[in-house]
Amino acid sequence: MKLDSIKKKLSGFWTHTVLIFVSLLSIFPFIWLISTSLKGNAENIFAYPPNIIPQDFTWANYSGVWDKVDFIGYFVNSMIVAGGTVLLNLILSSLAGYPLARMEFRGKKITFFAILATIMIPFQAIMLPVYLITIKLHLVDSVNNFAGFVGLIMPFAVSAFGIFLMRQAFLGIPKEMEEAAIIDGCNVFQVFWKVLLPMVKPSLAVLAIFTFIGSWGEFLWPSIVLTKEAMYTLPVGVNNLQGMFSSNWRFIAAGSILSTIPIIIFFLAMQRYFISGENEGAVK
Amino acid sequence: MFKYYGKHAPYLFLLPAGIVLLVFFFIPFFQTFILSFLDYSNNIYSPVVCGLQNYINLFHNPVFYKVLINTFLYLILAVPVLAVVPLFLAILINQKIRGITLYKILIYLPVIVSIVVAAIAFKWLYADQGILNYLVTSFGLEKIGWLTDTKWALLSVVIVTIWKGIGYYMIIYLAALMSVPKELYEACDIDGANFLTKHLTVTIPHIMPTIALVTTISAISAMKVFAEIYVMTKGGPLNSSKTIVYYIYEKAFENLDLGFASAMAVVLLVIVMAFSLVNIFCFEKNRYQI
Repeated sequence: MKLDSIKKKLSGFWTHTVLIFVSLLSIFPFIWLISTSLKGNAENIFAYPPNIIPQDFTWANYSGVWDKVDFIGYFVNSMIVAGGTVLLNLILSSLAGYPLARMEFRGKKITFFAILATIMIPFQAIMLPVYLITIKLHLVDSVNNFAGFVGLIMPFAVSAFGIFLMRQAFLGIPKEMEEAAIIDGCNVFQVFWKVLLPMVKPSLAVLAIFTFIGSWGEFLWPSIVLTKEAMYTLPVGVNNLQGMFSSNWRFIAAGSILSTIPIIIFFLAMQRYFISGENEGAVK
Repeated sequence: MFKYYGKHAPYLFLLPAGIVLLVFFFIPFFQTFILSFLDYSNNIYSPVVCGLQNYINLFHNPVFYKVLINTFLYLILAVPVLAVVPLFLAILINQKIRGITLYKILIYLPVIVSIVVAAIAFKWLYADQGILNYLVTSFGLEKIGWLTDTKWALLSVVIVTIWKGIGYYMIIYLAALMSVPKELYEACDIDGANFLTKHLTVTIPHIMPTIALVTTISAISAMKVFAEIYVMTKGGPLNSSKTIVYYIYEKAFENLDLGFASAMAVVLLVIVMAFSLVNIFCFEKNRYQI
């Protein structure tokens, strides 16, 4: 018995050792970035051995990069793009998911497989025609800012993942709900809007959160279509820091950390959606 | 149940999503094939039909082979690690121990953070006079050109992809582990099985579908890698870290060789669709059942 409890303690010790080690590996690149961002000009950031704790502590890099870079502007642009993408995904996915779950109509199977097929088409392979079409539709920032935002949002306005998620949610609602509503005199749109949609709120929340994260981090598409710096989203703006401050790593580090704060706050607030495991496979 | 909706209602509901998918998925999909048969090299505004010339050029282009090899190397380096390490971590975390939520948050953090910031953070670790080279030299070894040496650049970028993916796949495994019946582990404990035999005989067989799923989705995302390379190496030095999506981007948006880029996009499409078909028909059947 005693041997058993020693064994248990020992295995617990190793578990924690491994998990602490991996946790440190996960956050160390950020720690080192934060450390660099807090070092003043009097301290050599290439010093051997490296100092994790800044010796010449300063906030000056943050105020310096804040003055030169329009983070608020990038943040607002990212919010508009992510917000618009989330809103459209919620509306379009639930609209499309409803008939796929609840109605019989000609062409249902083909519709279903056509949507399924989009899962297999990587955006990276079709981005060139998407770009040509976006230009043809005048949805670029050289026309005006609004068109630019629409162009950033539209290719990601709906996804097969979202449609299937909502379809699954509608499938889980008992049919009696609709029947009761119809008897009460609702038409089909009222059934959808007033009866069914409120019942799938949890799925809408999952879709909103994962769409938001995906849109917030998107880099390839905005870096292709954007031409004006005033339209930059955060990832594009942060990448641009490298060009602006060439080898001033204090500023690049401070800017990178600043740009990350909003999404960290979002993650910590919503963490149960991400790490509970209930929504596995929801991003990417 | 009686039919309470009109004949056109289903189509009206599907219409908005249908338009978006048509304009931004299906038309571009077919257009990719069309563009791959056009020659843009003389005049970007009036391409001429050139048959299979882009494909012939593609398969005579040594850089294309280099890029294909790099892409598959990327896959071979990243996928096994992403299939195994997160599983190991998920098994460790799936115990009644203190601090689980904190561990999960910290290990998941790289998934949430923008890939651009992650790539910048690693670029700084990889700097010539950086902290990693300090570690290397303190072991008495030569400094490594993490992003500047043709032997290392690809691996250095792969490491970022792995680092950013581990938390994501760990959570997927964790969900699968919760479904393994507890009685089986209890039976193992009574038999006195150790950690390794317990998981080899109970856990692994039970979550095999999830292992296969993680393998295919990490393979698909390895095929599509772009931002890490764009931010850290631009495909260099000497194309040593250039993968297929980066080369498509470079050919299309920097060299404006749209035909050539589209031929390459078709190759990418074929490969990714093959992976996806395996994925959908073998592992994710339930989610997409009609």
